[in-house]
Amino acid sequence: MTFAGHYTYWMTVVLMVGGLYIVIARGNLVKKLIGLAIFQTSVYLLYIAPGKLIGGTAPIVSEAFKVYSNPLPHVLILTAIVVGVATLALGLAIAVRIREAYGSIEEDEILAVNGSDEDRA
Amino acid sequence: MLSAEHLPALQVAVPLAAAPLIVLIRRPGAAWAIAAAVAAFAFACSVMLAWRVAAEGVLSYALGSWAPPWGIEYRVDALSAFVLVLVASIGAVAAIYARRSIAAELPVEQHYLFYAMFSLCLAGLLGMTITGDAFNLFVFMEISSLSMYVLIALGSHRRALLAGFQYLILGTIGATCFVIGVGLLYLSTGTLNMADLAERLQHVRDLRPVLTALAFLTVGMSLKLALFPLHLWLPNAYTYAPSVVSAFLAATATKVAIYVLMRFYFTVFGERLVLEALPMSEILIALSVLAIVTASLVAVFQEDLKRMFAYSSVAQIGYITLGVGLANTPGLTAATVHLFNHGITKGAIFLLLGGVAFRAGRTGFDCAAGLARTMPFTAFGMVIAGLSLIGVPGTAGFTSKWYLVLGAIELGQWWLAALVVATSLIAVAYVWRFVEAAYLNEPTAATPRAGEAPLSLLVPAWVLVAACVVFGFETSFNVGGARAAAEMLLGGGP
Repeated sequence: MTFAGHYTYWMTVVLMVGGLYIVIARGNLVKKLIGLAIFQTSVYLLYIAPGKLIGGTAPIVSEAFKVYSNPLPHVLILTAIVVGVATLALGLAIAVRIREAYGSIEEDEILAVNGSDEDRA
Repeated sequence: MLSAEHLPALQVAVPLAAAPLIVLIRRPGAAWAIAAAVAAFAFACSVMLAWRVAAEGVLSYALGSWAPPWGIEYRVDALSAFVLVLVASIGAVAAIYARRSIAAELPVEQHYLFYAMFSLCLAGLLGMTITGDAFNLFVFMEISSLSMYVLIALGSHRRALLAGFQYLILGTIGATCFVIGVGLLYLSTGTLNMADLAERLQHVRDLRPVLTALAFLTVGMSLKLALFPLHLWLPNAYTYAPSVVSAFLAATATKVAIYVLMRFYFTVFGERLVLEALPMSEILIALSVLAIVTASLVAVFQEDLKRMFAYSSVAQIGYITLGVGLANTPGLTAATVHLFNHGITKGAIFLLLGGVAFRAGRTGFDCAAGLARTMPFTAFGMVIAGLSLIGVPGTAGFTSKWYLVLGAIELGQWWLAALVVATSLIAVAYVWRFVEAAYLNEPTAATPRAGEAPLSLLVPAWVLVAACVVFGFETSFNVGGARAAAEMLLGGGP
């Protein structure tokens, strides 16, 4: 129950809060996506770290091994990483299209353009 | 082998497999034909499942024959069968409608991609509803959300891109909060199967991580279902998305998110844990009341028809979460039946507005002036769907408000019952604005004069308009199904 024992949890919290802060505080769309990626990374750590036991092996049924690490979180997070990559790719693709349509990826500049044009579709 | 035993898997697998097939085929006509056939199949499948659940009780399907709780379980009970029918029926209507509407709104080289994304989104939403595995639910949620971001960003105005981007950011935060909640539950119990979770949570209910999980799941799903004040992505997304996407999104995506919230509250955590450990009921009721009052008032002052009904959606979602917050049988019946009723009502409205957009190229409020002269069937359909939105007796919307009032009275919350009735008057105000413009004003230069919307748009829209009336009188499916679902949720265990 020391700080070192809870190190991964502290890092998870730091990444989680830091990522979310970047998403909220930054107006640049790409920086928002970076914050989002950091926020998602914290979840990977949350799942994976508790799956590992010191001295644990893969779950092999044998007399020689008594302590097992849990492989399931790794499999889950493999899926979550794929989802994260897909989200990032789609977000960047939309950011490119926004750059083409507005000439900027700064949120305040885009909103200023939106405020001035009244040709609503 | 196509046997009835594998229906739960086919319900999701067929739309999922159709998406890459459509991308390979590329021809717009064939792409539409596949998407429509798959949506029709999904509808037939959901009706058969609902019928079997009503006759035989809960259906459990072990995916790949791995027995639950180790394998992924697909579980169809009274509530999920009910939501499956809603999603699949709206999907089928929207798919048929899409052909003419998408031909007018999107460049031809994007058509096959639209239908691929539509099938993928349908598969994701159906998967979220049918699965009995918490992590599998997250995967399907991301499948439906990612395809939904694309569908919204396809809108013809450049603001659609920004709306899609905003939804992507907020939707991903919501989904990540959801998966944090699931992770904490997994760490506390060592299982991901919902039925198994429900059982094991009873032994660890006092652990702090379980309460944290409840908080994360609530925030995550509230973002997805657009609970006030987390609704900021919704008005832009509904306004700038292609017409058929607005209808599909309004009628299904937020509804499935509410289903997931109800599933976790009442099946996984159990109402005792949710209501006693944290003041969830009070929080939900307070936010719902704010949503109903604020969003209804904002809707009255909108200058765009799609945006007006988007804010109305935020308010109507408030009625549903109010029912969830009441957490008694009439309240949950109201929430479930309003899921369905609001789905068909809003679906009808956005499909009819798609007809206006088809003729006028936009949906500004000035287009509505004298609309009853140039597009009489569209205007009349809007009036009927508007009456259902208000909750006039004889329409579907009345039954949900009726149960909501009963639920509030059962708890002795008379002020809530009065509020439900009073806020319906605000709905009268914004629906009347449309009626006044369409029936009492002369057509102006902005009014579309090319005549009524084509039949291929009008017929699917009127199917939903007719459903608003039919389900107001013949309530055995919607109220009967909703009450069975509510009793199951409160009966303890799945």
